[in-house]
Amino acid sequence: MKMRYAMHALAGIMRREMLRFIGQQGRFAAAIVRPLVWLGIFAVGFRSVLGLSIIPPYETYILYEVYIVPGLVGMMLLFHGMQNSLSMVYDREMGSMRVLLTAPLPRWWLLGARLLANTVTVLPIVYLFLLLARFWDVRPPAFGYGAVLPALILSGLMLGAFGLALSSFIRQLENFAGVMNFVIFPMFFASTALYPLWRLDEVSPTLAAIAWANPFSHAVELIRFALYLQFEPMAFAICALASAVFFGFAVWGYDPGQGFWARRAPE
Amino acid sequence: MTALVIDNLSHGFGARQALSQVNLSVEPGSFTVLLGPNGAGKTTLVSLVTGLYNAQQGDIRIFDHSIRRNPLPALASLGVVFQMPTLDLDMSVEQNMAYHGSLHGLSRREANERAGEELDRLGVGDRSRDKVRSLSGGMRRRVEIARALLHRPKFLIVDEATAGLDVAGRQLLLKHVRSLCSEGLSVLWATHMLEEVDPADQLFVLHKGQVRWAGQARELASGRTLEAAFLNLTGHAS
Repeated sequence: MKMRYAMHALAGIMRREMLRFIGQQGRFAAAIVRPLVWLGIFAVGFRSVLGLSIIPPYETYILYEVYIVPGLVGMMLLFHGMQNSLSMVYDREMGSMRVLLTAPLPRWWLLGARLLANTVTVLPIVYLFLLLARFWDVRPPAFGYGAVLPALILSGLMLGAFGLALSSFIRQLENFAGVMNFVIFPMFFASTALYPLWRLDEVSPTLAAIAWANPFSHAVELIRFALYLQFEPMAFAICALASAVFFGFAVWGYDPGQGFWARRAPE
Repeated sequence: MTALVIDNLSHGFGARQALSQVNLSVEPGSFTVLLGPNGAGKTTLVSLVTGLYNAQQGDIRIFDHSIRRNPLPALASLGVVFQMPTLDLDMSVEQNMAYHGSLHGLSRREANERAGEELDRLGVGDRSRDKVRSLSGGMRRRVEIARALLHRPKFLIVDEATAGLDVAGRQLLLKHVRSLCSEGLSVLWATHMLEEVDPADQLFVLHKGQVRWAGQARELASGRTLEAAFLNLTGHAS
């Protein structure tokens, strides 16, 4: 693989994904409105739900709005990752996936480039949300906005790789709606996005154990700690490992000699 | 060097055998027709040749590069127009061309220059800024041919690209692709339309996953019409 060729391909895939995302104005608007509805309506009702507990990385008592913002950022990345895997299935059904897969570059590179492109496209929206969240008095330290960037990229890659792996196992577009419901909602609700682990443990130790084992929780915690200028090594390690495992599944699923892709009749 | 060699190729999906012991070759600079009725296995064959998935048995070599063992140089010398349209409808023609160019290692400037040339040759240069969605079916097919030629492949595979086009559109595409053979391009043209076969073409008749006949088209006809000979081979003779 010549590096210059590979970089042209990466740039081309990035440009295409960016154009498509900007062109889908409804999706663009939904990506920003969805977390604002949660923050502006849902979170207000739970303002004091955390009581008088101090939860790291916060150094004082916080309102629920402050707690929920990293979870909502995670939700944005999760939705974006799943919608991109939906667009992979759509591309396959519409035929444009063939253009990608017949390029003279290794499939792991093509899939990786697509994954990176998808992750990068959502970042401006995430930052817009973080800026708007200041109106609800969610004001992390100024350097936190920079420190959170690697956490956003790693979390986005992990959730995107998960979606990519899922898309390789789904045969038809119609099946995807069901998978979205069975994946997005459990992943989001059974996590530390909405409630801290200790609060879940009070209500249901089983649910707390599920939330701890859920990689999405670790993505949220990585973002939460980074936003307040702290590094959470456990969350980082789990996100990195999960990214590698999910991406490995995706590459296997799209391998011409393996996976479901190989057993599929021509469409 | 032979553009394409398919050696003893077999492939199935579950219990259904889609291709069985297929042997086929395409000589450099030749226009070779893969003729078969619907469901004969043409699209499966094209999918295997383009490396979308690996064959269960047999070998495929493009300019002596095995598509399974050494796929990247094989794919680099290959241009493909799939049966299913593969353009992004909500992107402009030039954006589609630039995307394809980038996947084949072309810079944006190179891709734009070449796209202009190829689109002009096919008479769609004036639509390069239009969204693909606004083009007619015939124009989209022309854009797909131009796109497949963008990275200057030595071997072009066209899978039923004229399906759904009117007579004039079909003839224009066919004439253009045939003319490229005189420039050294090797072509494998998969079709179910007998009128697209020229007596001088190298012809492979595929039916129920097997090559039923191989040779020059005029030899198959020999005293009969090509249609009668084809129907006889595919078991539909009266």
